[in-house]
Amino acid sequence: MLVASALSALLALAVLGVLAGGEVWRHRIVYLGCAVASLILIAGGLKHLGQTPGTGPAIVLPIGLPWLNAHFRLDNLSALFMVLVNVGTTAASVFGIGYTSHLPEPRRVTPFFPLFLFGMNAVLISDDAFMFLVSWEFMSLASWALVMSDHKNAENRQAAFVYLMMATFGTFCLLTCFGLLAGAQGAYSFPAMRATALDSVSGFLVVLLALLGAGSKAGLVPLHAWLPLAHPAAPSHVSALMSGVMTKVALYGLIRILFDLHGHVAWGWGAALMVIGGVTAVMGVLYALLQDDLKKLLAYSTVENIGVVVIGLGLAIAFKDGGEKALAALALVAALYHIINHSIFKTLLFLSAGAVITATGQRSLNALGGLLKRMPWTGAAALVGALAISALPPLNGFVSEWLIFQALFKGPSLPHWAMKFGVPVVGAMLALAAALAASCFVRAYGIAFLGRPRSKAAAEAHQLPGSMRWSMAVLAALCIILGALPVTVTDAVSHVVQPLTGVSFAVSADLGWPWLSPVSSTRGSYSGTVLVMTGLSLFVISILLVHGFGTTKVRRADAWDCGHAEDIPQTQYTGESFAQPLRRVFCGSLFSARETVDMPPPGDNSPARFKLRVVDHIWVGLYLGIQRLVGYVADRVNRMQFLTVRRYLLMMFATLVFMLLVVAVRQQK
Amino acid sequence: MTPVLAQIAQIFLVVALAPLITGWVRLVKARLNGRIGASPFQPYRDVFRLLQKEAVVAHSASWIFRAAPYVTFAAVWLAACIIPTFTTNMVLAPAADLIALVALLGVARFWTALAGMDVGTSFGGLGASREMMIASLAEPAMLMVSFSLSLITGTTSPAQIVAFVLSGGVGVEVSLGLALAALIMVAIAENGRIPIDNPATHLELTMVHEAMVLEYSGRHLALMEGAGMVRLTLFMALIGGIFAPWGMAQPEAGALGLAIGLGAFLAKCFLLATALGIFETVIAKMRVFRYADFLGGALLLGLLATIFLYVSEAV
Repeated sequence: MLVASALSALLALAVLGVLAGGEVWRHRIVYLGCAVASLILIAGGLKHLGQTPGTGPAIVLPIGLPWLNAHFRLDNLSALFMVLVNVGTTAASVFGIGYTSHLPEPRRVTPFFPLFLFGMNAVLISDDAFMFLVSWEFMSLASWALVMSDHKNAENRQAAFVYLMMATFGTFCLLTCFGLLAGAQGAYSFPAMRATALDSVSGFLVVLLALLGAGSKAGLVPLHAWLPLAHPAAPSHVSALMSGVMTKVALYGLIRILFDLHGHVAWGWGAALMVIGGVTAVMGVLYALLQDDLKKLLAYSTVENIGVVVIGLGLAIAFKDGGEKALAALALVAALYHIINHSIFKTLLFLSAGAVITATGQRSLNALGGLLKRMPWTGAAALVGALAISALPPLNGFVSEWLIFQALFKGPSLPHWAMKFGVPVVGAMLALAAALAASCFVRAYGIAFLGRPRSKAAAEAHQLPGSMRWSMAVLAALCIILGALPVTVTDAVSHVVQPLTGVSFAVSADLGWPWLSPVSSTRGSYSGTVLVMTGLSLFVISILLVHGFGTTKVRRADAWDCGHAEDIPQTQYTGESFAQPLRRVFCGSLFSARETVDMPPPGDNSPARFKLRVVDHIWVGLYLGIQRLVGYVADRVNRMQFLTVRRYLLMMFATLVFMLLVVAVRQQK
Repeated sequence: MTPVLAQIAQIFLVVALAPLITGWVRLVKARLNGRIGASPFQPYRDVFRLLQKEAVVAHSASWIFRAAPYVTFAAVWLAACIIPTFTTNMVLAPAADLIALVALLGVARFWTALAGMDVGTSFGGLGASREMMIASLAEPAMLMVSFSLSLITGTTSPAQIVAFVLSGGVGVEVSLGLALAALIMVAIAENGRIPIDNPATHLELTMVHEAMVLEYSGRHLALMEGAGMVRLTLFMALIGGIFAPWGMAQPEAGALGLAIGLGAFLAKCFLLATALGIFETVIAKMRVFRYADFLGGALLLGLLATIFLYVSEAV
């Protein structure tokens, strides 16, 4: 009831958004309404998570296809996603209250925002394939409209076009996937799909299509190309939702199909998923390291984190098929915990990027600098987000990374040789991605928030309205809580995982609260709670020791810099120079990164030029390749427009004969 | 001795001992260079002197610059608390394992790198950028070492690994040798020793860690240097504890067992410190872009250590 009323309220808010016109306060009311509706949805999800029978009652509405109706149901998995989705939407809505007055054209944003929220929530509660796809498209189109909101910029139009293409492709794959799941009888409701057994060929195709459909929405390499185009093009609170939350809805679709509707995915797919996840993680973070645009950097970092989650999902599939149910549950808990964490810190980081862009009007890292002093709130919240996404204890990102590593370290216990040799390689990729993520965020944070301002706009950045600051502060607090007190949440998550893996499993089983000891008490354990308390005491002891033995005097002076200090901010490291060592090590072959320096000859006063060339092989090879192919085929097919009537009749006849032959052959069997 | 008392003793032991080990390495290097060298207790005096001096902070620095030394020191100190030195029976041992250890060192590095970039000087950015490049290879290498150790011993907790090795559960394995080699290479990189970094240089071409802490003075510098010393002790305890755990006190050990454990730990530290001094004297510093070969090698050795386990199983 709670959920239904909140969802209808979102639809009503969309109408209000249309009526809002040019008055800022009306837009603010719509965002306030969205925040309240999201809070109600969180309450609905939490209320359900506490219940013991995993599935709630089905609700059938007489809409949609006449012979199918619309089925809705809330089970533990959708309740968990409902909570995490709406934590993000609450923060983004509260941010929107203050942010809307800074938008160039708020009336192009406000009506679609509640619709986007509605679409994402409707995907989660759909209980039949038809409603699932309709809601999925609702979500895609609403977000497409939001990407187009600043349509005067040609880059945004192109981004929206690429996004629309990818969304169409994804939905097409999912449509076919559900068609196969429904079987010959056309059983489109989810309970009927669970009951249908799949033969090996359609089982294979279902996983492949789910991976293409949901994977393109989530941003798996090489289907990631639209994320860094579309996410930054939208207004920042929408970017936060697209990157932090909508990708999670895509992963929900993947988990729903692979673990629930399909049920028996072979271990080979698990291995494939782990490799795809590993490649996605490493490629995503390398792309992020090369970006100068703050929002593009964050979008690529989403690609990386999706890769990390998919490694966990692949591991869970392999364990489940190998009969190691407890380990499958561990891997799935780890993946779900990373999904929760990423939705929080990515939303936080995108909102702080939005705050930076609002305050300075600059998106390029090389135009920022020294913002921590001008915007202390945003700077502190972004620091928490950067520490969390770099998987550093005691914050939440580390906990999920730790759980994934613990599950991964048990991977070689699987009987397959491919797994014994492959798991360490995937482990190395995951470790590499985690370490590179830390470099990436030292770079992003250090250049944007620390140092001296690199432009006039950054030097004159101004503080922002309270609602924008509060939404970031709450998300930062959540990062700390989920990191310091992980056990409560992981226990709730293991409740969700139980019907999917068929085993009841608590991550804290052996040592109890507050220890995470997933396999056994001697296998390796972690406690964020104890670590925080000890760390804080050591921190205080070091302050006391230092101040007890020494002096507390401080003198402010000019920077020393080995005697080379100059008052020109351009002498600082830039984003490109920071990334140079990593670019040389990792990107030489992967991105054909080349640096050239043109020095003028002696006596010539013209400036020296440094040129950096980076090639995105996936974009050039795959996407532009497909574009060329489509153009070529279209040219060929174009000839068919100018044939004689005789030839058209001949073609029709040939087609008819061919179809009849197919039918005849099939009946022979 | 109860686990709580042992833990408290360990917490203060690592900090009290760290300057002595650094002093000893310097003395060994001085003697090998033909100098008399300072007393091994000189680092204590240096730290004390730095604490007495006022801290000079640049105008452009934010609060991160002033907080970073404390956070860095506390993170390294916390990491050192969970490595068994003289006994495995410590109350904090289950709070963090090898993965968390890598991450705690990562916290220290993250803050130091941020502090390097905070003042807005070119050297700070240079140091931070190079340090993160080194870490991006050294960290995965260390995680791979943890992976192979967890496969051999069935646990990622350092105290449990030591207990397992002491109980005679491990024979001589190729994997163990490879893991040891990888861990030593990581230790060299993490501590900024030659051939990766030179702790005694202020030369633009070769500076890494020193470039990040260039702007520090007074108590802040004392903490940063102290963190470096504790980190060196930590890696010696880790290498000595896992690959040569003999003498370490088990939970049931009495006063004599603890005394033997302490003696063994001190002996191991001085042996390793002497070896480090000799190694640093006989080897030359590498160019910055050769680091990738060295550390990539460490990463591959770590990976090979896990894969060799199955090769030897299959043969």
